[in-house]
Amino acid sequence: MKRIATAALSVVLLATAGCTNDGGGSNNSGGSTNVPGVTGTEIVVGTHMPLTGPAAGGYSKIAPATKAYFDYVNANGGVHGRKITYKIKDDGYNPANTQTVVRELVLQDKVFAILNGLGTPTHTGVLDFLKTNRVPDLFVASGSRSWNQPDKYPGTFGFNPDYTVEGKILGTYIKENLAGKKTCFLGQDDDFGRDSLAGVEKVLGAVAAKESYVTSNPNVGPQMGALKAAGCEVVVLATVPGFTALSIGTAAKIAFKPQFVVSNVGADPTTVGKALGAGAPLLEGVVATNYLPLNTDEANPWIQLFKKINAEHNGNAEFDNNIVYGMSVGYLFVQALQAAGKDVNRDKLLEAVTKNGFQGPGLVPLRFSATDHSGYAGAQLTKVEGGKAVFFGTPYTTDDADGPVAPHQGQPAAPPPNGVPAA
Amino acid sequence: MTAIEARPATSTKTMPGAPRRRRVHPAIVIVVGAVLVVALTYVLPPFRNYQLATVGAYFCVTAGLTVLTGLNGQLSLGHGALMATGAYTLALSQNKWENLPLSFALAVLVTTAVGAVIGLAAARLRGPYLAGLTLAVAIVVPSVTSTFDETFNSDQGLSVMLNPPPEQYPMEQWQAWLCWAAALIVVLLLALLVRGRFGRDLRAVRDDETAAKLAGINIARTQVLAFVVSAACAGVAGALFAYLAQSVSPGAFPLTLSLFLLMAIVIGGLGSLFGALWGALLLVVLPTLSQSVGEHAGSQRLEGNLALIVFGVVLVVVMLAAPGGLASIPSRISRLIRRNR
Amino acid sequence: MSEFIYLTFDGLSRGLVYAAFALALVLIWRAARIVNFAQGAMAVAAVYVAYSVTNATGSYWLGFVVALLAGLVLGVTVERVVMRFVDHSSPLNGVVVALGLVLIIQGTLGIIYGNEYLPVETPFSRDAFEVGGVAMLSRYDLFVIAAVGTVVVLLTLLFTRTAVGLRMRAAAFAPDVSRLLGVSVGGMLTLGWALAAGVGSLAGMLVVPTELGVHPTAMDVVFISAFAAAVVGGLDSPIGAVVGGLVVGLLLSYVSGYIDVTVAPMAVLALLVVVLLGRPGGLFSSSKARVA
Repeated sequence: MKRIATAALSVVLLATAGCTNDGGGSNNSGGSTNVPGVTGTEIVVGTHMPLTGPAAGGYSKIAPATKAYFDYVNANGGVHGRKITYKIKDDGYNPANTQTVVRELVLQDKVFAILNGLGTPTHTGVLDFLKTNRVPDLFVASGSRSWNQPDKYPGTFGFNPDYTVEGKILGTYIKENLAGKKTCFLGQDDDFGRDSLAGVEKVLGAVAAKESYVTSNPNVGPQMGALKAAGCEVVVLATVPGFTALSIGTAAKIAFKPQFVVSNVGADPTTVGKALGAGAPLLEGVVATNYLPLNTDEANPWIQLFKKINAEHNGNAEFDNNIVYGMSVGYLFVQALQAAGKDVNRDKLLEAVTKNGFQGPGLVPLRFSATDHSGYAGAQLTKVEGGKAVFFGTPYTTDDADGPVAPHQGQPAAPPPNGVPAA
Repeated sequence: MTAIEARPATSTKTMPGAPRRRRVHPAIVIVVGAVLVVALTYVLPPFRNYQLATVGAYFCVTAGLTVLTGLNGQLSLGHGALMATGAYTLALSQNKWENLPLSFALAVLVTTAVGAVIGLAAARLRGPYLAGLTLAVAIVVPSVTSTFDETFNSDQGLSVMLNPPPEQYPMEQWQAWLCWAAALIVVLLLALLVRGRFGRDLRAVRDDETAAKLAGINIARTQVLAFVVSAACAGVAGALFAYLAQSVSPGAFPLTLSLFLLMAIVIGGLGSLFGALWGALLLVVLPTLSQSVGEHAGSQRLEGNLALIVFGVVLVVVMLAAPGGLASIPSRISRLIRRNR
Repeated sequence: MSEFIYLTFDGLSRGLVYAAFALALVLIWRAARIVNFAQGAMAVAAVYVAYSVTNATGSYWLGFVVALLAGLVLGVTVERVVMRFVDHSSPLNGVVVALGLVLIIQGTLGIIYGNEYLPVETPFSRDAFEVGGVAMLSRYDLFVIAAVGTVVVLLTLLFTRTAVGLRMRAAAFAPDVSRLLGVSVGGMLTLGWALAAGVGSLAGMLVVPTELGVHPTAMDVVFISAFAAAVVGGLDSPIGAVVGGLVVGLLLSYVSGYIDVTVAPMAVLALLVVVLLGRPGGLFSSSKARVA
């Protein structure tokens, strides 16, 4: 009998556990609408991010920056009179945790949309769930091409230029400026590395040598040794920041000094320089790309705005490109909400995003349309000079297929005076 | 003196199948459990139903691990990898044939076969050496998926084609039913299995190999069988996880999963299937609880980390205060009451 | 050929770190029959201490010494405050408590220092000497060799030449008899933990600067490799730990360099299978393994 009693007890326990948090779901009752996560005074949005674990480095600053931007908007009257509440859930970059936290956000917290969920393997796993529940899945934080499947996942939109687009731009730089040099490649062993390599090879043809790394093994000694032995003069890195630092540091250790050309995801000089410590000067001359203003460009009005918000609403965290990224995501989302109108619902939000026409901090246009859900259309090249990245040349745009890499004309927009996009 | 006398009494009590005066047949417990679960699914909101389903999926693997580690004394740090085997088999089969029962059967079959291979090696090893080997198995998952990326698609993993449930039932409720149906069948089979001769052999080998050998028990065979049974359970659990998530990727089966499974069954109470239930419950409830503690603390830096600390403290405190695990607490309390009387 | 030489040195210098770490595991196993899963987290804690001290004072060596001391103190604390009260009737209890400690230590470090990789300096240049265009060893590699070598020699002397070492071995192998003979078994246990944690901290100090920097989980991968090394060598054998460490280090380096880095974990599994099927108690197991 005791066993049955234990079973009953555990069931009761589970049931009580079920009741403790139900308050989160009852937000709807006060509002005039029947849209999940939207009341007359509030819009609840959620995200999943690695706040802990090995992948948290650098990326853990993005969501707080987005939240800081929302707080700023809220302090300035909100969007159509509604305040934005941003729920940040830690998934530790483990896809199984992502499953749970995203369900919690959607089913329990009843969020209106998922914004800027980070990571390819983590976010891939929740695409179907979000589609089934018709939850807008906006501005995914990764350059995988998986987000750009309008027929299969009509509610999912990217943010970053996809890795192939970026690879083609990096390849074009090498073709024009480092012609005839032996070009090699080191990439992460997933879509990031593969798509990036595909982009580079679309422009340059096959590279002379290619190596890969896995994030679970923080030693790239053997790979850099192989690239040195192959006589590489240019090395393209499709690496996350920690591994950019590790690769450049390891190369220096074995007196291997090629020209490094680095993907945007792993090129933030603040993050990489910090990881290199005393070896930070090794970053001089490294070429990379970016599609948002650079954190060190004090003259840029966007940077001035974001710095102000960072001081007021983000505890004055160290201002790096992750913060610029997070705030740019926040700005774009507020633009989309403004465009969706006062009687916002999920369909209207997606319509607004599809309609596009957003002018923001980005150097190139966003690609959003009925047939294209990928993010920024291209990027501009940067070079590290005096410890800071600086832009050179013009921004380029291209596609992930065989389209040309074309210079982008047109000036970037200036931020609105109060820092909040107009309706 | 009381303490010394009480000790052996508890240790026999926590073992299922140990002689008792009135024994409830496992089938009755299972039927009661099934009724309770079905009732719960109508009361709980969707997210809680999803968590309930997850508990069911975990219950399969913790029950199997309990048989291996608790009853047979073999330590496995590699059950996460066995779950991955089940999950990937389900995904591949489902994407090819779209026949869920067939995919489940294949998942169990393939995992059982893999478990048999590991079990054969494991039967020669003891204690930390077995731990070392199974640990290496646990970390091989991402390596295999990357090396054979044409089949397994590397870190990104595969999505699983699934037909939606019958329209009148919400998705999460349906998931809870399926997971618990599987879990209760698995546990019923295990309970019947360990009641009989096989269970006696398992315990005999765990307690004293030499004595067991003298009693005519084939030790290697018993150990391999224990591994196979437990692997099959892990296969079911893995398949359920693939079904729940509609996707599989190596990141969902990290080494920490294997370690957490082990922690769960030890805290739940080693050697008792009820302990396995407690363990499965903990695996779902504890992270949620500690995350909400972290969220209430407010600070960004605290959030994820505080959850880790809460989890760790619970582990240590339970192990120090109640080494028999949660399942032993009722008998501890009743003993305390008896002593005070 | 040059790649082979480079890979060999790369493997040896990492293998030495695995060896030191495996040695720490062996020390605790011999003293307490526990595989200390918290070893990695404890070592990381010591490295963080060094990080703070070095940043505050500007002296690497002061940080280095304080880290080793912090390691010793942490070892004593863990043994006295937690491990001593674990019910050892099931060997699993110790494992679970150690895993719980990992979470507590990593969470605490994350709160104090954040979940960013923080750069850690090396006291010597990591630029490798080149001989005929082939990168060989760096000054830092030589420092690693010297440090690990010193530890191995000192431990050997301690266990074979001193009374304390003899008592420690006695307390581990025959606690009841030792107690009758007046050996403080508990004290020896604490000493064992302190030594092991000290050696673990040293390994942490040596390996962290060569990887991504210090992070609450920075030693997780090293722990796995070192545990594999200790198992290959035999958990009762300090020599086994050193040999195992070198074997694992070389294997990982060759496989990553010649085949692919993704294959490396499979190579470790294959090594364990081959060694353990031949010798179920590791390469240097002294007593014959129990027959199944």
